[in-house]
Amino acid sequence: MSSQPEYLNRLLGEIVKEDREMALMEVCGTHTMAIAKSGLRNLLPPNLKLLSGPGCPVCVTAQGDIDAVIELAVKPGIIMVTFGDMMRVPGTTSSLQEARSQGADIRVAYSPLDALAIAQRNPDKEVVFLGIGFETTAPAVAICADQARNLGLKNFSVFSLHKVVPPALEVIFSMPDMKIDGLICPGHVSVVIGLEPYEKLVEKYHRPCVVTGFETQDILEGVYMLIRQIRQGEARAEIQYTRVVKSGGNPAAQKILEEVFEPSDARWRGIGNIPNSGLAFRPEYGIFDARKRFDIMDREDIPIKGCACGEVLTGKITPQDCALFGRACTPLKPIGPCMVSHEGACAAYYRYPPPSPSKKG
Amino acid sequence: MCLGVPGKILEVKENSIAVVDVDGNQMEISIRLTPEVEPNQYVLIHAGFAMEIMDEEVAHETMRLIKELEESNEFATGIFEPSAG
Ligand code: SF4
Repeated sequence: MSSQPEYLNRLLGEIVKEDREMALMEVCGTHTMAIAKSGLRNLLPPNLKLLSGPGCPVCVTAQGDIDAVIELAVKPGIIMVTFGDMMRVPGTTSSLQEARSQGADIRVAYSPLDALAIAQRNPDKEVVFLGIGFETTAPAVAICADQARNLGLKNFSVFSLHKVVPPALEVIFSMPDMKIDGLICPGHVSVVIGLEPYEKLVEKYHRPCVVTGFETQDILEGVYMLIRQIRQGEARAEIQYTRVVKSGGNPAAQKILEEVFEPSDARWRGIGNIPNSGLAFRPEYGIFDARKRFDIMDREDIPIKGCACGEVLTGKITPQDCALFGRACTPLKPIGPCMVSHEGACAAYYRYPPPSPSKKG
Repeated sequence: MCLGVPGKILEVKENSIAVVDVDGNQMEISIRLTPEVEPNQYVLIHAGFAMEIMDEEVAHETMRLIKELEESNEFATGIFEPSAG
């Protein structure tokens, strides 16, 4: 796909023609970053709002869950293995990074496979992988649990904070104070889940959903496909990102997810508990459940003082509406996860400020 | 971040392991999610796993986009340190 300026201008011309008030939500953190960076918000008419949704896995992790992870990480004999972007997320008393500087053995890995290798090399330690991420990441972790079982590894487990996207979208659509006219759906989550979950959502809520890629042209096309449907009074699930996403998703990934995990309740920052939005190990894989293995209790969610991440994540406010944004809270001294994660909405807005302070709608 | 990184399959080994080239770096990944993949095909890689087979042109565009996003963001984790999504 070559980015022809002429084509982009034509797309934009079509989009700008729309004069109705419309709010589209981009669900994925990568979209949030790509939209901010492209400067698209400056080009779109004020009646067309792009809101950020709960699509950054780090940001939506509940405070209580982060606290529980840190409680486990500091226990003697534990090696905690995590993706890098969890390190700086503030818990109530510390972050993983602070815990590491105080002596906890916490390692950053590129893949959950690395955690398996660490477990094999350290038979006298308990290796816990911090499983965070949506449907894009969860199959990788499921395969690792399966491999650990085949290898008979006794010292490997997973702290599963995995979440699935569709139930959260359902919550967003049914919020009484939320008016979202259409969804820009996540490209790489959809590589796994395909179109079916969105078709169900569309059937129930009659709002168009378009699975969209990450180039500026993709996003403009996705926005245009949504507007066209809304104009015509239609609501369908469509794929803009056909280059990579198949309507059936990835069957091998769906199968391993289904084999290893079962739906469970999960807490989302800013939203609260959403039934069936988490992934817990099935009983056959229960030995890999770190919470069970180490008897970790659920921790209460203690909100971070002054941080409005929850409202940012549900599109109720834009980051600049938070009193701490850019003052007490910056990427170098972040207060909430939406500023810590480089794909969090606050970080995206900080780096690429939209034209006017805020267009509350 | 739910963005995959494109890589070219150089060699398919035993146990669903493949050697890939990602932007000039060689690494091993699991191809359990794309069992039918063959050498010289491009795949979208996330957290050490091939997620989907993609065509070459798409792979190059995706790599360009990733570099753009990363260069513009000093707080980003590198290509080899993908984040949770
Ligand atoms: S600016 Fe900082 S404190 Fe405010 S909502 Fe965002 S992360 Fe939280």
